[in-house]
Amino acid sequence: MSGSGPGRPLAHWQHRLAERGIDRQLWLLVPALVFVIALFLYPFFYGLTLSFQPTDGGPLSDYARFFSDSYERGTIWITLRIALPAALLNVLAAVPIAYRMRGRFRGKRLVTTLLVVPITLGTVLTAQGLLNFLGPTGWFNRILLAGNLVDEPVRLTHNYWGVFFSLVITGFPFAFLLVLSYLSGIDPTLERAAATLGADWRRRFTMITLPLLMPGLATTFCLTFVLAFSVFPSAVLVGNPAGETRVISLAAYQAAYEQYDYPYASAIAMIMGFVELVIIALVLAARSRFYTGSTGGKG
Amino acid sequence: MATITRARPSPPPATTDRRPRITARPAAWVVWGVVIFFFLNLLGVVASVLVSSFGQRWFDTWLPDGYTTSWYGRAWDEFALLQVIVVTLEVSVLVVGVSLLIGVPAAYVLARRSFPGKRLIFLVFLLPILMPPITYGIPLATVLYKFGLAGNMSGVVLANLVPSVPFVILTMTPFIEQIDPRIESAARMCGAGLRTVFLRVLTPLLVPGILASAILVLVRTVGMFELTFLTAGPDSQTLVVALYYSMSASGIRAQQSVDAMAVIYTSMMLVLLVVALRYVNPTQLVAQVKEDPEH
Repeated sequence: MSGSGPGRPLAHWQHRLAERGIDRQLWLLVPALVFVIALFLYPFFYGLTLSFQPTDGGPLSDYARFFSDSYERGTIWITLRIALPAALLNVLAAVPIAYRMRGRFRGKRLVTTLLVVPITLGTVLTAQGLLNFLGPTGWFNRILLAGNLVDEPVRLTHNYWGVFFSLVITGFPFAFLLVLSYLSGIDPTLERAAATLGADWRRRFTMITLPLLMPGLATTFCLTFVLAFSVFPSAVLVGNPAGETRVISLAAYQAAYEQYDYPYASAIAMIMGFVELVIIALVLAARSRFYTGSTGGKG
Repeated sequence: MATITRARPSPPPATTDRRPRITARPAAWVVWGVVIFFFLNLLGVVASVLVSSFGQRWFDTWLPDGYTTSWYGRAWDEFALLQVIVVTLEVSVLVVGVSLLIGVPAAYVLARRSFPGKRLIFLVFLLPILMPPITYGIPLATVLYKFGLAGNMSGVVLANLVPSVPFVILTMTPFIEQIDPRIESAARMCGAGLRTVFLRVLTPLLVPGILASAILVLVRTVGMFELTFLTAGPDSQTLVVALYYSMSASGIRAQQSVDAMAVIYTSMMLVLLVVALRYVNPTQLVAQVKEDPEH
């Protein structure tokens, strides 16, 4: 694209750069880099500086305000208490199911197709459905009552569980499909070789499949955790946005769009991002300890 | 038990019926039980919205008193759905196109090359996916409003590109990594330039990956609530955002008309999905599948 007609001294330094891995091919990165800088890094640092310029008080007063107010501070814990179990459940449940379905069987395509459906539903529709289905007069409670399993309707909406279920419904299929494709990307002949050498399925799973799958699992956990951590519409619609499920994104939204206090909203957003990145960094640090090369998925 | 365990994964002989049977061990039954329970609840969630949208009145009973389709007409008019759907489609198509154009070349470089600062660049690309949309959405919306780009379509498209481009990069990188680099080397030795390698060698091999990530981005954009919510103006709402507004103001409007709108949203997503699944196997979202090399 550039560097047409390299003169002799030019060719010289180009050659030396190419030895270090820098050459014209890297131009392919430029559009993406420009994009990330303009639309992600710049706004992010704009928000960061904004969070240190509160409407009143010193540079850190918005952070101090957040951490001194237990109602606000508690949102971190509330968010983690919803997001971590949901993400963990989604990934852990996906592994055995994907392991069982990685081969070929009749109806596999149907099952995977059905699993894509909840991803397309999105949080808002799921919220609406959960309100109808799990509500005190919904079918779920009716079945429980008709089967004499409970005496009075179980409260599953407008509290923690409503949000939790909405995260499982949208997050599990996502986790499952990712795990399934990571699993399918592992060359099945590796396992067959182990079987030939006399390993039973337990050993094949723990010594071959699982180690090769771990990086994929870590990535999957991160992606599902992000989905769960930024829970916003379902926390409002099926949760109890004033108390039990007042998640941190809700606090940030209220600061920005209800109180119009952008510095404070930015401060909350930064805290939110920081908390999340700490957890992601821990998972990714663990991920880097595993083998992440080709798994021979394509021959 | 042992015989079944041994029988299942052994390399199947070259006969026509090589599909392992579903019924095997108790563990399999547990797994299938969980899957079926999940699907039953899912069905309940979707069906209750569907039934409610056709019901005249539905209070404390198993099924509504009577059925009607009038809620659809009402929802269509009340929420100006035609315009909302057109906006949704325009936004999604723009986001998918731009994010593929930007993302695929970058994914190629990141998958193939090593250069100083690669890990840093990769991290920068990962961040928008790893951050909750609200975290960067609020500063992003503030910046976009400052430049007069928010509150209309361009703001919605720009905001939705932020997670989409990294998503394309992230889903395409494993696809590219799994293509044997010797194929490219061979092409280059035969005199193909970078452009030819890209268009004649890589793109055909990458079509499944590109389609898969395009579909994922499409679905994510249509379903993306937070970023659109923060940047949309009154005439640039997508369907999810319109749905959210109608739900949070549900005291004003009848529950069923909101349900009807939700059904319209779902059917739109399902149409997208059916179209998508004609081109892509859902299991190939991340990696190429090596099953049996028979077709």
